[in-house]
Amino acid sequence: MAYEIVVVGTSWGGLAALRELVGSLPPEFELPIVLVQHRHRESDALLASLIQDRTRLSVSEVEDKTRIARHNVYIAPADYHLLIEPGSFALSTEEPVRFSRPSIDVTLASAADSYAERTVGVVLTGANADGARGLRRIADRGGLVLVQRPDSAESPTMPAMALREVPEARALTIGEIAKHLAGLPGAAPASEARVQ
Amino acid sequence: MAVPLNPGRALSGPPVSYSPELERVEIGLLLEGIFRHYGFDFRSYAYASLRRRLWKRIEDEHLSSISELQARVLHDTEAMERLLLDLSVSVTAMFRDPGFYQVFRRDVVPLLRTYPFIRIWHAGCSTGEEVYSTAIVLEEEGLLDRTRIYATDINAVVLEQARAGIFPLTRMQEYTENYIRAGGTRSFSEYYTAMYDGALFSPSLTRTVAFSQHNLVTDRSFSEFHVIFCRNVLIYFDRELQNRVHRLFYDSLVTFGILVLGSKESLRGAQYEACYEKLHARDKLYRKIG
Repeated sequence: MAYEIVVVGTSWGGLAALRELVGSLPPEFELPIVLVQHRHRESDALLASLIQDRTRLSVSEVEDKTRIARHNVYIAPADYHLLIEPGSFALSTEEPVRFSRPSIDVTLASAADSYAERTVGVVLTGANADGARGLRRIADRGGLVLVQRPDSAESPTMPAMALREVPEARALTIGEIAKHLAGLPGAAPASEARVQ
Repeated sequence: MAVPLNPGRALSGPPVSYSPELERVEIGLLLEGIFRHYGFDFRSYAYASLRRRLWKRIEDEHLSSISELQARVLHDTEAMERLLLDLSVSVTAMFRDPGFYQVFRRDVVPLLRTYPFIRIWHAGCSTGEEVYSTAIVLEEEGLLDRTRIYATDINAVVLEQARAGIFPLTRMQEYTENYIRAGGTRSFSEYYTAMYDGALFSPSLTRTVAFSQHNLVTDRSFSEFHVIFCRNVLIYFDRELQNRVHRLFYDSLVTFGILVLGSKESLRGAQYEACYEKLHARDKLYRKIG
């Protein structure tokens, strides 16, 4: 069985973590990657360009109804919740969840509900508890759950909370997470061939 | 751990054992039932956000399935009204995206000055934050008295709130910051009076505003406008319904009229894309050209 989508949530310390993670993926990485980073409601496309600097994959901020395509890195826009439907994104301005919009929980959970066991959920550095419940939903639906090793995170709270809620998640450094993602079934043409 | 995991409201949704296919069937039946019994048509709403709202309502009603919610709302009109609020309220802020209001002042206001009389439609105005924001801009530009603003929403409850013009005092700091960044020329506090935990906005701001109920899904065009605001409303509709509403907007705009969408919405891929030119790419201002 091949995975179809990777959703990464992060907060405090996330910029460096995301640049390292995306920058460590091979250029032929195929799975769509969705990045949910807590940030100020008026922040602009800077995040996308800082990540684009590190990868040959195409990086963009999601707009309403954007279709989900391979070889793309998608960034949740500031001040919206990002929902994932089979094949496309949807935005919402519903009230913040636990003071956050975008809420990492909301995006992870909607990925789980749309892609079930074909979802990969990743929680990285952050100073709050967002992401833990959404990651739980991915694990419950049979998806793959990865968490940055708290002692390797700039801010260990969010990974630690995720591990408490999802003890079966694998705790890895960012380098190890990138390697793991690159070797997943569906991640690249070569790895798919290996599975068959 | 420093941050407790707060159980309960954080993440609404069905239990994991709930089959996604069955859920889709049940939601389809529920929406059909609501349409046939009450006439409200949510059948073309975007699935993911609709589903989230339905599950919130299910939890608040202490129910456990979509089918139970169907029975509840079909037999209990008060429960239907609560659901209607959940489904139709759009959460917004005064001067949301301050950069947009700067562009509006700089690029749209000069166009509006060329008209002897200006008609503006806020479609899906919800509790009215953007209506008041626009009224403030037009007041400061000396245009409010020759403008008629039509503020419509499907939901009578939120329209009543919009008409009252009372917003939470707790948000005034955020709104003041937005206002300043939006290029406001006065002191924001001139526009409201603090009372208890609310900020009552000056009724003179709405002296040319008509609030009325209008359903974008089922109702027709009711005038010709120079500007239509519809920010972060269409995100709750599926593509087909978005196209239908774009037709309504196209029919309701004068030639060279301006359509304003939310900062993450666009006409890209819509049927009417070719009928507009971009006045400002980032801030999603479109001008009808044909």
